Amino acid sequence: MASCSIEDVLAKAERDEAEKLRSIAVNKELDLEFDPGHLLAFDKNRVDTREFKDNKGEDFLRSLARDNTQLLINEIWKLPTEKVDEVIVAKLPDSTTPLPREKPAPKPKPPTKWEQFAKLKGIQKKKKTNMVWDEVHKEWKRRWGYKRANDDTKEWLIEVPVTADPNEDQFAKRNKAKKERVARNEYNRLKNVARAQKIKVPGIGLAPTSQQSKSELAQAVNVAKISTASVGKFQEKLPKEKTSKNTGKKRKFQPLIGDFGSEKQKQLDLLKVMDSKKPRLDVTKAVNKQMREEDRESAQKSKKSFGKKGRKGNMSGKGKGKGMAGGKGKGKGMAGGKGPKGKGRKPNMKQGKR
Amino acid sequence: MRPLTDEETKTMFEKLSKYIGENIKLLIDRPDGTYCFRLHNDRVYYMSEKILKLATNISRDKLVSVGTCFGKVTKTQKFRLHITALDFLAPYAKFKVWVKPGSEQSFLYGNHIMKSGLGRITENTSQYQGVVVYSMSDVPLGFGVAAKTTQECRRVDPMSIVVFHQADIGEYIRSEDTLT
Repeated sequence: MASCSIEDVLAKAERDEAEKLRSIAVNKELDLEFDPGHLLAFDKNRVDTREFKDNKGEDFLRSLARDNTQLLINEIWKLPTEKVDEVIVAKLPDSTTPLPREKPAPKPKPPTKWEQFAKLKGIQKKKKTNMVWDEVHKEWKRRWGYKRANDDTKEWLIEVPVTADPNEDQFAKRNKAKKERVARNEYNRLKNVARAQKIKVPGIGLAPTSQQSKSELAQAVNVAKISTASVGKFQEKLPKEKTSKNTGKKRKFQPLIGDFGSEKQKQLDLLKVMDSKKPRLDVTKAVNKQMREEDRESAQKSKKSFGKKGRKGNMSGKGKGKGMAGGKGKGKGMAGGKGPKGKGRKPNMKQGKR
Repeated sequence: MRPLTDEETKTMFEKLSKYIGENIKLLIDRPDGTYCFRLHNDRVYYMSEKILKLATNISRDKLVSVGTCFGKVTKTQKFRLHITALDFLAPYAKFKVWVKPGSEQSFLYGNHIMKSGLGRITENTSQYQGVVVYSMSDVPLGFGVAAKTTQECRRVDPMSIVVFHQADIGEYIRSEDTLT
């Protein structure tokens, strides 16, 4: 029993050893392709479907994965290794498999204002040589920058133009112009950046230009006015100064189909306000009334002398009443209405009651 | 199409009140439904809520007219009444002028009303008061502005103007293509 057991144990140990050795060396029909940089191995061998079915898929896959992993680890062991903190570390080479990038490809830069314009006009960049012949120094010099050729900033004499003011400092003028060009360029650059980032370009009061127009100056004044801590709320105004246009709130209309009740109420309120603003006593009306009273009195006086006949208030012209409608006979002229022939009825023109 | 702004409403009401006074209230506050004013193509339209809601189905550039055109807002932000508003102004008119049949035609051709053509006039009419012009058979013909007060009308000579022409129903034919 004991001997049997010892033999068994030895045999088992031998088998185990063999298994171990076999497991390190894996046989494949086609060699795997390795990319140790990504710790990647491709198995190009055909999958044996029969074995896959016999061995119950799971086991087959597991053994296949184990074999391939073994091969990959064998490959890694072939790489140069070193010891870092008592741990063996392999140095991975650069990967050979191109992988798709993680982030989307960057978008092309939005063109600057000049690039847009150049494209529209078909202007193409021309390569200029870097070195230029300097006539004065008789040598080749750089086109721009330090020690440039034909440097106009280094001139010791500038001719005063005929049209210019003789007392003006031409050097200072040139320097100032240069500074303004630089500032303008910087502003344009910032505008391009702002446009590219879709930020609103901050308005500046005055761009450096040689001559400001009226509107530009007005804009500058407006900007300067609201550039206070209180956004220009307490800014003093000149007498008769006009308020700036196109600044502040944009007008907004009520919705087309909104609250009809409140709309109606608003209009009624407006009517009430308009009503209250009317003067109580209309002077011309009062005078007219007075005049009419007097007319009536005088008419009554004259009526009395001719006998009573009530005034017919209507236009229809009953009986002998010669209304304006007929427009004939003696009743026609209103101007000469006060003749003695009218049977005492003075006003030929009838007045309709409203 | 949009509702009128406060200023537009005010200018319009001021113009309307010259003709119908405080009767504007009756146009806004109607017992037979909700009516409103809307601005479209610088023209003010008066319509019921129902019509308005139907009109929203039509795109702005295709919509020629909706409801009744009351007038238009000029470029100088004044309000000008159109003859189409007559149907609503005539029943509420406070001051009326009746023209004689003889000068009816003259008025309908766009002329002012002379004293000779004046049939009747509402009492108390003050100068420059908006009036609605009627024919002698009480058919509204248009509207105008009184050039003289009722008192003065009695005394002036027959050829002087008593009512300035503003709009008349002849415009339906004369300016057919601009009236909407």
